[in-house]
Amino acid sequence: MKRILAAVVASFLAVAPALADPVAGGRANVVIQPEPPSLMLGLVQNAPAQQVAGNIYEGLLRYDTKLNPMPSLAKSWEVSDDGLTYTFHLQHGVKWHDGQPFSADDVVFSADVFLRKTHPRFRAVLDHVESITAPDADTVVFRLKSPFGPFLNSFEVGSMPIVPKHIYEGTDFATNPANNTPIGTGPFKFAEWVKGSYIKLVKNPDYWDQGKPYLDEVYWHVIPDAASRAVAYETGQVDILPAGSIENFDIDRVKELPDTCITQSGWEFFGPQSWVWLNNRQGPTASKEFRQAIMYALDREFIRDSLFNGLGQIPNGPFAGSTRYNDTDLKPWPYDPKKAKELVKASGYKGEVLKLVPMPYGETWMRLAEVIKQNLADVGIKVEIVSTDVAGWNQHLSDWDFDLSTTYLYQYGDPALGVSRSYVSGNIKKGSPWNNVEGYSNPKVDALFDKGAGTVDPAERKAAYDEVQKILVDDVPNAWLLDMGMPTISRCSVKDLVTTGIGLNDGFKNAWIQK
Amino acid sequence: MRGTTFMKIATRIAARLAKAAVVLLAILVLNFLLIHAAPGDPAVVMAGEAGATDDVFLAQLREKFGLDQPLYMQLGKYVWDVLHLDLGFSYRQQMPVFDLLMDRLPATLLLTGSAFAVSLILGVAAGVLAASRVGKWSDTLISTVALLFYATPLFWAALMGVLLFSVVLGWLPPFGYETVGSGFTGMRRALDIAQHLALPALSLGLFFMAVYSRMTRASMLEVAQLDFVKTARAKGLSRGVIERRHILRNALLPIVTLAGLQAGQLVGGAVLTETVFAWPGIGRLMFEALTQRDYNVLLGVFFVSAAMVIVFNLITDLIYGIVDPRIRAQ
Repeated sequence: MKRILAAVVASFLAVAPALADPVAGGRANVVIQPEPPSLMLGLVQNAPAQQVAGNIYEGLLRYDTKLNPMPSLAKSWEVSDDGLTYTFHLQHGVKWHDGQPFSADDVVFSADVFLRKTHPRFRAVLDHVESITAPDADTVVFRLKSPFGPFLNSFEVGSMPIVPKHIYEGTDFATNPANNTPIGTGPFKFAEWVKGSYIKLVKNPDYWDQGKPYLDEVYWHVIPDAASRAVAYETGQVDILPAGSIENFDIDRVKELPDTCITQSGWEFFGPQSWVWLNNRQGPTASKEFRQAIMYALDREFIRDSLFNGLGQIPNGPFAGSTRYNDTDLKPWPYDPKKAKELVKASGYKGEVLKLVPMPYGETWMRLAEVIKQNLADVGIKVEIVSTDVAGWNQHLSDWDFDLSTTYLYQYGDPALGVSRSYVSGNIKKGSPWNNVEGYSNPKVDALFDKGAGTVDPAERKAAYDEVQKILVDDVPNAWLLDMGMPTISRCSVKDLVTTGIGLNDGFKNAWIQK
Repeated sequence: MRGTTFMKIATRIAARLAKAAVVLLAILVLNFLLIHAAPGDPAVVMAGEAGATDDVFLAQLREKFGLDQPLYMQLGKYVWDVLHLDLGFSYRQQMPVFDLLMDRLPATLLLTGSAFAVSLILGVAAGVLAASRVGKWSDTLISTVALLFYATPLFWAALMGVLLFSVVLGWLPPFGYETVGSGFTGMRRALDIAQHLALPALSLGLFFMAVYSRMTRASMLEVAQLDFVKTARAKGLSRGVIERRHILRNALLPIVTLAGLQAGQLVGGAVLTETVFAWPGIGRLMFEALTQRDYNVLLGVFFVSAAMVIVFNLITDLIYGIVDPRIRAQ
């Protein structure tokens, strides 16, 4: 009886804090895959680097899951009526991890000097900026050359990390020894990195946002094998599996484990969309009818349900569902092999064998290539799969040496940041796997994307983007497959892990563990 | 008399080393050319990972990697640096290649060294046992188990080991080098590492254990038929002495050859085992460097492994002389 009573009391005590405020203390064990090349976020912005270093560095703004801006290093901001002047008021009493005070000079240095040299995506934003100034220690003003619709979306930590001027000014950024011990303003400080094993971050006790973070330490475990990562979660070595940590076919099994929660939130800012690149320059894929035939031939529901475990949405066009100005009136292309066959015939296809270079990002993507080959064979299109590794795949795309290839790209919440780059003719350049690789060129589309980006008026933007979506959906420059679902799996006792549109990348600021 | 023998050995080693240097240089050049023949370069891979790129970014990276130079210039510079014992810099990992290798070397040597010792000792012991009980049920058992180990794919054995000992029984940790963030020191830490080592070392050692036991058995049975063994038996020597001093010693030569081969691979690491068990060793470093086209790291690993193979071949030859004095006399 006594024991039962004790158990009841204990369980009550265990539940009680959930109703109250977050509790401090504890340690989070997270999978990181692959191991990042560096944690100096100003220099390296690949996905794993952002996932770890997004908790060391900070941007001026954060974004909620609806992509509305929230304060971060900037506590408030104003936009002038002409859309040309953006004024940011900074938080008071912010210190770098080495104890030096943070000021507006650091922001100006980061944006105008450091990132201009090192950050290709931010460099594209800077093309619209005329000047960046600091009228006083707590204020930063960006003056634009002309209005730029998504400008307020460019201040997230991965897009514009603020780096310390006192460490980097006048040095060679790439070889500065401080890169190995990154110094930021964020809720966690870099503590230790044993290459090949783990990265350790510890709580920043002097963090400007009083009371945060709650966790004492975060360990990121480097585990190179996908099956071992699933075992690591099952046996309790790690508590958090970021999206992509385990193979899709393991998700169903792992999410049924006791005390396990799964969420697809926290990727809204990135809005990854997957598609098949179609080489618009040459071969059968240069014909619009043929590309439409491919769109009809792909059984995207089967692909989502069988290969991606039902995660994700079938896109209605080039704008992912979470991207602003997605035209919800547009219906996705239906699966219709009969129509596809007619269009193949109409296009004058003579049985040429198409070269499909699949993205080699693991089992799921290899199976996807096989399904595509099968779907296209069903309507009489011959496909040969060319297997290669990541470096080889990048090279094939960069040299335009393909007929079909799979990929997925982030859309950064706004068509001007993440969609137009794959369709405007100004972005047809050899040497990158992320630009207008398919070689689609349409002056009308170029003009509409320019129009949509060049204003801050939502109605004008919507009109331009509605029109461009109609044209693109009809022209099928690429065959859109899936707005990808990105599941984060964790123990249910880890609370408030995903609270923003970039999820884990700045998630440990708010996260806490229920005792 | 002793002096001349010593001189003879020293000259032989010197000649071997001179030959080895030429071989090593050839390997260096060949590796360099082979790697650069693979499609894709590190700049494109890094740009690809960043998810965004422009011409400026690629040009910066290529300049940093020295890829803007003609290939023969890059090769010349690399050979020149290696001759000065400089293995280059990994821009990917932001560290000199030599430091990277030294970081990973202890973990790899611990893993491959333990696997080597375990497989050699247990393999030879099992082989001796099987040979001395030839035809009996213990011989059949040992031979069957050895055949099973010999035929089992390494990664499968590793995964099944994890499934049984970590997931089902919970006796051993499933991966890693030590318990992360445990703060263990001294003996406690050594024990912790030993626990982590058990599964990977065993699964890596299984294959060679099987090979050693089969080879020892066959070799001993062959020697046991020879005339001098009959003579020894006729002299009335005990069974144990004959087995140890007459049969085993003469049967050792092929085992030394094989051990030399295995030892040469100690540094090259074990890509599969290190990957499945998240063991922070050189094999994984090499595999990751390959997918990232991190040329300097890859060449560094190849260079050190090649040097090790040559060194162990030399050591093997010297051991031949100790095991069998007839070889030394030639």
